[in-house]
Amino acid sequence: MRVVVAMSGGVDSSVAAALMVDAGHEVIGFSMQLYDQRNADTDFGSCCSIDDLHDAKRAASVLGIPHYVINFQKQFKALVISNFVSEYTSGRTPIPCVHCNSELKFTHLLDRAVTLKAEAVATGHYVRVEKDPKTGEFLLKRGLDPEKDQSYFLFALNQEQLSQAIFPVGNFQKTSVRSYARERGLPVADKPDSQDLCFVQTGAHIQFIEKHTDLQCGPGIIQNLEGKSLGKHDGIHRFTVGQRRGLGIQSGEPLYVLEINAATQVITVGPKCALERTCFTASNVNWIANTPPTGPITAATRIRHKHKTSSATVQSLEGGRAEVCFNEPQLAVTPGQAVVWYKNDVILGGGWID
Amino acid sequence: MRIYFDHNATTPVEPSVAEAMSSALITTFGNPSSVHHFGQQAKKIVDEARSAVAELLVARPSEIVFTSGGTESDNLAIRGIAELAATTNGRRHLITSAIEHDAVLKTINTLGKRDGWRFTILPANKEGLVSAKHLADVIDNETSIVSVMHANNEIGTIQPIRELAAIAHDRGALFHTDSVQAAGKIPIDVKSLNIDLLSISAHKFNGPKGIGALWSKRGIRLNPILTGGGHERHRRAGTENVPALAGFAVAAKLAMKKIETGDSATRILRDRLENSIIKAVPSAAINGHLDFRVPNTTNISFEGVEAESLLIALDLEGVSVSTGSACSSGTLEPSHVLRAMGLSASRGQSSIRFSLGLDNNEAEVDQVVKILPTLVSRLRNLRQSSRMLVTD
Repeated sequence: MRVVVAMSGGVDSSVAAALMVDAGHEVIGFSMQLYDQRNADTDFGSCCSIDDLHDAKRAASVLGIPHYVINFQKQFKALVISNFVSEYTSGRTPIPCVHCNSELKFTHLLDRAVTLKAEAVATGHYVRVEKDPKTGEFLLKRGLDPEKDQSYFLFALNQEQLSQAIFPVGNFQKTSVRSYARERGLPVADKPDSQDLCFVQTGAHIQFIEKHTDLQCGPGIIQNLEGKSLGKHDGIHRFTVGQRRGLGIQSGEPLYVLEINAATQVITVGPKCALERTCFTASNVNWIANTPPTGPITAATRIRHKHKTSSATVQSLEGGRAEVCFNEPQLAVTPGQAVVWYKNDVILGGGWID
Repeated sequence: MRIYFDHNATTPVEPSVAEAMSSALITTFGNPSSVHHFGQQAKKIVDEARSAVAELLVARPSEIVFTSGGTESDNLAIRGIAELAATTNGRRHLITSAIEHDAVLKTINTLGKRDGWRFTILPANKEGLVSAKHLADVIDNETSIVSVMHANNEIGTIQPIRELAAIAHDRGALFHTDSVQAAGKIPIDVKSLNIDLLSISAHKFNGPKGIGALWSKRGIRLNPILTGGGHERHRRAGTENVPALAGFAVAAKLAMKKIETGDSATRILRDRLENSIIKAVPSAAINGHLDFRVPNTTNISFEGVEAESLLIALDLEGVSVSTGSACSSGTLEPSHVLRAMGLSASRGQSSIRFSLGLDNNEAEVDQVVKILPTLVSRLRNLRQSSRMLVTD
């Protein structure tokens, strides 16, 4: 069948393309151009830079497949950058990768692929899709390499998207992906992994937000749990719940950001123990199965990409929301991050922490 | 079967061109500036190319300056004249049109915004024509050079060069035309056009890439933009690209022959393609002037279709076209040419350029007409999500 592979120029998507070619498919490489390349060096980070497009083209040429650069500047700005900026300026800590995956790659790029009569879009994500023999529905499962598993970033996919998604490297360890790239003569075999926040230059997300918002950033007050002012800050977009460094406050004990109030621009800080939460709610919940659970379920629950899952009770609420109660309190339940639920290797769904 | 309908981007090199180049590359390695035998052999190739290109333009060999291509020729003409005029007669006003290739538009923009020249950009009408009246309205005694292209690269429209040049001369300004898309397609006679400078590029008429020429009328002085040795009568420093010049000579001679025997073959194919598409595809519309047009080009809008997707869909079916200028691919901006003609952004983003050449035939035209309606209707059904962001 005809398959479009989203090629970032990295080793994972290059190998994904190679595996699709090996499987005998008619493969078309797509790379997304996400911002004006003239300003790319100074304004944006590493993802999808001119060098990455160059690498993707070289990989496609080694594989002998056609390759096209698709201009998604407007879509990227509307779907990913604006959300990233507005979340930070609302006192939340966003995950742009989830939007990029579900709204850009598996919506806009998938649409383009379908119009070209492609039957699926493949990416280099470390996850697996399987058909449940009992229900006939698609299951989204963790990647086999526990270090590289990217299921947390794909919880927002629905059945229709999964039916047209292929994740060729999900069954492999990263090391074997690299050695396969070498074997296939792909020039990106030893290219370093991309960073999570790929479109912002390392350590520069604060400047990035300031450049992309019209809102006045700061100043505001930093207070303790008793409401006593401890100092000033230059904008709530500089903080994330659970953060310890960079508060600019002298204190005997280590202080952590506990709460960010966008309305009052007040940052509340306190000791580590005050970061613990047991229950919270989530919005815009996506259940991967067509029929979401009706009663409370127990699920292995993850509240950050690198968070070790912890058992929680999840109760679906009206309006696409859910209440989550951990069996054991967890540190830093951060608004804007995703909560994702697992049953063994299977991703049940997820939502956005309120 | 691969069908190539993108001859305004570049053309296939003729076998006789390739042979001449290969022979020059292998046997004639001398530096044309050297006094000895090897230098003289190389010089012969340069001289022959100069004669062939001069003949193509009905010009004198001494008026030809070889460059690396159309972009450099445009830069040399505009910067060379603008900078010299500014220091000799104090004229610091430049005029160009809104539908120029970026090689002209950005050069004048840079002179204006970075270096402080005054400049005026002439509009085009809805058929892509620049009017002599507009030029007469904006030109003044400070204008040093007027640059308006001969034939447009995206829509093929031929501009009223002779009239425009006459107005420039009335006010003591020089007239340059970027003839990159006209040379090899229509007869050019620089004397009868009564212009001062003209740019051409070899790869647009079956020659090699990386070689072009600026014709400048005898007596016209200009500042070089590359400084170095005294090549090309001190107008363009740098050792001549001898193999490319060998190819340029052959391509120029072939172009002469082609124009002498008439361009009817390409025109018949283009008209067949255009008429059939308009008949077969609902809501397809031609952009540009229907008569004042080079014979190989048609630019067609397919309402409701994203041109980028149609280009890819056609390529996967073995048909190579473009969405306008090959040089601006990678930007989402609707073509500045179509915008200057007053077309909406959405129409601009739904336009495809078909540019034909000597190597095309009727079967290819019919094949494209056969597959196009299906592709267009499939793309028109593209789910809403991909289109919601394309706005005027």
